[in-house]
Amino acid sequence: MFIRHETIEKNAVLLMVLTVLTISIGGIVELVPLFTIETTVEKVEGVRPYSPLELAGRDIYVREGCYTCHSQQIRALKDEVERYGHYSLAAESMYDRPFQWGSKRNGPDLARVGGKYSNDWHYAHLTYPQAMVPESLMPRYAFLATRPVDAAKVARHMRTNRALGNPYTEEQLANVAADLEAQADPQADPSDVQRRYPKAVQAAGSGRVVSEMDALVAYLQVLGTMVDFTNPANENLKQ
Amino acid sequence: MSDLAIGAGAMAPARAVRAAVAYNEDVVKKFTIAAMFWAVVAFTVGVLLALQLAFPIFNLGLEFTGFGRLRPVHTSAAIFAFGGSALIGTSFYVVQRTCRARLFGGEALANFVFWGYQFFIVMAALSYVMGYSQSMEYAEPEWHLDVFLTIVWVAYGIAFIGTVFLREEPHIYVANWFYMAFIITIAVLHLGNNMALPVSFFEAKSYSVYTGVQSALVQWWYGHNAVGFFLTAGFLGMMYYFIPKQANRPVYSYRLSVVHFWSLIFMYIWAGPHHLHYTSLPDWAQTVGMVFSIILWMPSWGGMINGLMTLSGAWDKLRTDPGLRFSVTAVGFYGMSTFEGPMMSIKEVNGLAHYTDWVVGHVHSGALGWVAFISFGAIYYLVPALWRRSGLYSHRLAEWHFWIATLGIVLYITSMWVAGIMQGLMWRAYDKFGFLQYSFAESVNAMHPYYVIRMLGGVMFLTGGLIMAYNLIMTVRSPATDIRPARAVAAGA
Repeated sequence: MFIRHETIEKNAVLLMVLTVLTISIGGIVELVPLFTIETTVEKVEGVRPYSPLELAGRDIYVREGCYTCHSQQIRALKDEVERYGHYSLAAESMYDRPFQWGSKRNGPDLARVGGKYSNDWHYAHLTYPQAMVPESLMPRYAFLATRPVDAAKVARHMRTNRALGNPYTEEQLANVAADLEAQADPQADPSDVQRRYPKAVQAAGSGRVVSEMDALVAYLQVLGTMVDFTNPANENLKQ
Repeated sequence: MSDLAIGAGAMAPARAVRAAVAYNEDVVKKFTIAAMFWAVVAFTVGVLLALQLAFPIFNLGLEFTGFGRLRPVHTSAAIFAFGGSALIGTSFYVVQRTCRARLFGGEALANFVFWGYQFFIVMAALSYVMGYSQSMEYAEPEWHLDVFLTIVWVAYGIAFIGTVFLREEPHIYVANWFYMAFIITIAVLHLGNNMALPVSFFEAKSYSVYTGVQSALVQWWYGHNAVGFFLTAGFLGMMYYFIPKQANRPVYSYRLSVVHFWSLIFMYIWAGPHHLHYTSLPDWAQTVGMVFSIILWMPSWGGMINGLMTLSGAWDKLRTDPGLRFSVTAVGFYGMSTFEGPMMSIKEVNGLAHYTDWVVGHVHSGALGWVAFISFGAIYYLVPALWRRSGLYSHRLAEWHFWIATLGIVLYITSMWVAGIMQGLMWRAYDKFGFLQYSFAESVNAMHPYYVIRMLGGVMFLTGGLIMAYNLIMTVRSPATDIRPARAVAAGA
């Protein structure tokens, strides 16, 4: 050997330096291009940051550890595309901090669950899953219905997201409370919130107080719906 | 003699004439007790989760006890609490003896590492249950706990590496290469993956600096190397000390340990993308990850061969030393898992296995068969040595533990193989009209019997753990003896 291992194993500093070098190479080769190659995330129209209510819902999804049973990543396999819809695009999670692609399906994939079920179904299902799907293994999330969402907190969360690069506009940040309430209350006029956040789905809240369940339903209802796959501009989605 | 276990590197002469070093065994004792405690906690929560998947009523309808919040409690308790306490404890034991130096930093640093690490674990578990999680697998603790863990980990590194610098032996023993790679790499991974911006100083919530696909690859760079460096390199360090000690034989091949150490730590880092096959991660990254995962089979088996062949000429000890039996079986499971892993990283195999219980079974053949068994072997060796007892309270109980736990693992992994492969096949089955044959709910329903079997396997493993805890408590409570076992004398204490 051109270098005797004895030299390394008698010198703790050398051993550590070589260890650091050895473990760095793979990570650098794989990670750096992922941040620099522009085609890593496709350019598609329609993906936008989450509305205040959707972001609050996503925070609940993250808090409850939904990823332990649900993936949000439709693989480019025939049966997955037929079961769940168009395979997931990198762009569709480009505002997700962190990603929630998951690794295990004790329940179905949720990447395109938006619009598949009615609001009423989601409320009933979250409250008592086995009432809607008898085979379901899902815990009950009835407690979400009575917990209020705090608009000031959502506003702080949106500003943190913007500081990290999610492109919220001044107008969006100025209307957090109004948008939150308009999206949670089916009696309210959704035109402003849907202008600021296209395709935002109104939840079926009580109209009195915005609950965590309203937020989670609004989040679930937008999942996978932002990209319009019938739009010819989005046709060239291959990486 | 201990010279044998120091390996085939150049030998230090005339050990006997040197003065004895007063090792810090107190901190090792503490970590040993903690490891045993957290083992029982981790197995118990695991059984509860298995029960929840078999019978969802055991989610109990409370927000604190749902699967989503308890699952990270189980994984953190198993990996970081049980595995971490076993690793830190044994590393402190090994580094002092193989360097012939008292632990660097004195009592205060050692105690800070111990109590700081335990505090982190308790706070992390509480935070998941209370609803604070980053929802990144094996990196669930929020930012303030991440910062705290960083401080504790740096203290641990200082204590360990400082001791290496104090060594009287010119050579750094192979176990310490692995422990050092584990300590350094986990620090890098922890910092790299947990980069996040807190909402405010007074709020637990933070958002990752990475989004979507980058977030995914950084996470699995972290996640897979938590396996590679926490659950593999660290425990290989354990193997390289305790198996030669228990067998009283030198490490089989010095050259093999050199080759497999460097190739293992080089290749593991690349393997992360195999968690993201067929996803929106670019194809080139998936393929690179797959290639390195397959190559990784070789250095992994290098470690297995070195561990098993160390028993050459001492296989009869398997009959008389139940601790050694655990250690050797662990290496066998390590070999099996590190064959299964590369196979599952092949894209086509992964297409079937991913998202299914096959992965869960694979993880547990590593976690129960390798990580837990090699730790059990080390702890069965350590407790009589640390508490100055002539041997275990009961060999018979240790043998019962061995067989109950082994059968538990067999039930666990076989049921998960059947469940996982069935699940994967049901998801992709087509009927004669060309439609998907099964709804998702039907595949959930088909899992039920296997989830019950898995739960029973978990109960057996837990039972074994309780027997072990009882055996060790009785060992410590048995009268101290001046007649120390030959192997403890050989340890140079």
